[in-house]
Amino acid sequence: MLLFLYALIVAASTAVLIFAGGMVTSTQSGLSVPDWPNTYGWFMWTFPLEKMVGGIFYEHTHRLIASTVGFLILVLAVWMWRAEPRAWVRRLGYVALGAVVMQGVLGGITVLWYLPDPISIAHASLAEIVFCLTATIALVQSPAWNRGYRGAPVDDAVLRRVAATTTAFIYFQIVIGATMRHTDAGLAIPDFPYAFGHVLPPHWDPKIAIHFAHRVGALVVTCFILATTGHVLYHHRSRRELVWPSAILLCLLPLQITLGALTVLTGKHYIINSLHVVTGASVLVTSLILTLRTFRASVANVAGASTRQDAPYAAARPRTSEARA
Amino acid sequence: MAAIVKTLSFIVLLALVTACGGGQEKPEAASTPAAPPAEPIDPATVASISGRISLEGTPPKPERIKTTSDPTCMAPVFTETFVPGDKGALQNVFVYVKDGLGNRTFPVPAEPVVLEQKNCTYVPHVLGVMAGQPVELRNSDPTLHNIHAVPEANREFNMGQPIQGMKQQHIFSAKEVMVPFKCDVHRWMSAFVGVLDNPFYAVTSKDGSFELKGLPPGTYTIEAVHEKLGRQTQTVTVGPKETKSDVSFMFKV
Repeated sequence: MLLFLYALIVAASTAVLIFAGGMVTSTQSGLSVPDWPNTYGWFMWTFPLEKMVGGIFYEHTHRLIASTVGFLILVLAVWMWRAEPRAWVRRLGYVALGAVVMQGVLGGITVLWYLPDPISIAHASLAEIVFCLTATIALVQSPAWNRGYRGAPVDDAVLRRVAATTTAFIYFQIVIGATMRHTDAGLAIPDFPYAFGHVLPPHWDPKIAIHFAHRVGALVVTCFILATTGHVLYHHRSRRELVWPSAILLCLLPLQITLGALTVLTGKHYIINSLHVVTGASVLVTSLILTLRTFRASVANVAGASTRQDAPYAAARPRTSEARA
Repeated sequence: MAAIVKTLSFIVLLALVTACGGGQEKPEAASTPAAPPAEPIDPATVASISGRISLEGTPPKPERIKTTSDPTCMAPVFTETFVPGDKGALQNVFVYVKDGLGNRTFPVPAEPVVLEQKNCTYVPHVLGVMAGQPVELRNSDPTLHNIHAVPEANREFNMGQPIQGMKQQHIFSAKEVMVPFKCDVHRWMSAFVGVLDNPFYAVTSKDGSFELKGLPPGTYTIEAVHEKLGRQTQTVTVGPKETKSDVSFMFKV
């Protein structure tokens, strides 16, 4: 239980880190600290607080949070290495540790190479993966997951496919969004919901194409989220482990679309812009949790679980999806 | 579940491989090849070109910039894009000889030109320098600055000056008009540096005037560059010892 709570904190801190990273990009502060891993020659943790002015405040704060999250993930990986009986969960910890280290290196490289678009986009995209990994670890440490959701997890192949596809599309949409942010295409189409007063942009260039792709992506993702949550609410209304993430998704979706619209209409206000980033990450992770829960039936129970616990789970495992009463 | 772990691992690896695609370090522009000996300039016949840059229309008034993100930036800071001059004059226009000097080469001064960070602005806002000549970057403020040059033909650089009184030098290797400078700590700070292969350049003062002295007789393309209003060129011919003082450019807002 303690490990689960710790993993939850790590996942939450990763979300905070993504928001801080969004603030760096939104305030265009990415190069306000020209060196890395030091800050103006100071060791990161000894940099004077009174010197955190202007863009340095955002960039240095991001670095401090990133270092903290990196350390938290290191502790998580070590803790799971010592205490976690499931090998694949331990491996998740190692992958998360490797990913966050790589994430830090990408962050450093992007500063030292003056924010090249591919590196910055990779940095933003890998951040989502790190968040997904920490959230996955927290999920599989949860008592409900380990109990197999009352011993009878939902086994619905259709739901698995649609939920996994939704998660994949959300991730792809976030990568397009990161591309849009880092290629400075966020206001390439300056109006909303139209594009230059039309449904389709009357003229095109690469930035307009990226921006428009993000808007189309939002529509596609909306359809998939509605399909997934609709399926859950229609076929599995009694399953709290699926209904809750569905309900959260249905709340986050309009919020995220509104934030996206406001980002354009406010000329990329830095707080709205950053909230759009972290809400997008939250949509992704919520969809991932829902997806993973649909796969719970195909995952072996926690290692070391008693036969008494496993037997009813195996016996009760339904062969087909629940039929709605 | 092992499949999920493998899939996540694959995605992470894919992201890393994508990320390791290499940087975008721009190649240093090749320096000008050695030119064949050109006719030396006879000091007894040199001419000069002078004139005035003016502005048609009403430019936005300089606005006071909110500098509260750094409490040490207490002196009022105003936008410098359009600095009002006398009688419609336009200040901070870079004027230089773009063409007409043939294959002449000119000695590069060893004395640096100074770009100072003072009261959380770059001083001067526009300046010229010859390729190969040092630019001395000074921090006269009791706060941190980063000096971030974003050239196209030269190498981009970003250096920090966290301590008041710090000085660093940078040498541009290739001709480039203009090289934008910015400070990412204080986003309002900007400067523009014209890097040339000749010493014939000027920046308009408050009365919009400029003067290019010491030119050998000939026909020249004179270009005037403003950070917002773009570029204008004129062809001007000067004879021996001639002073042509009626070269004017008119920018429109």
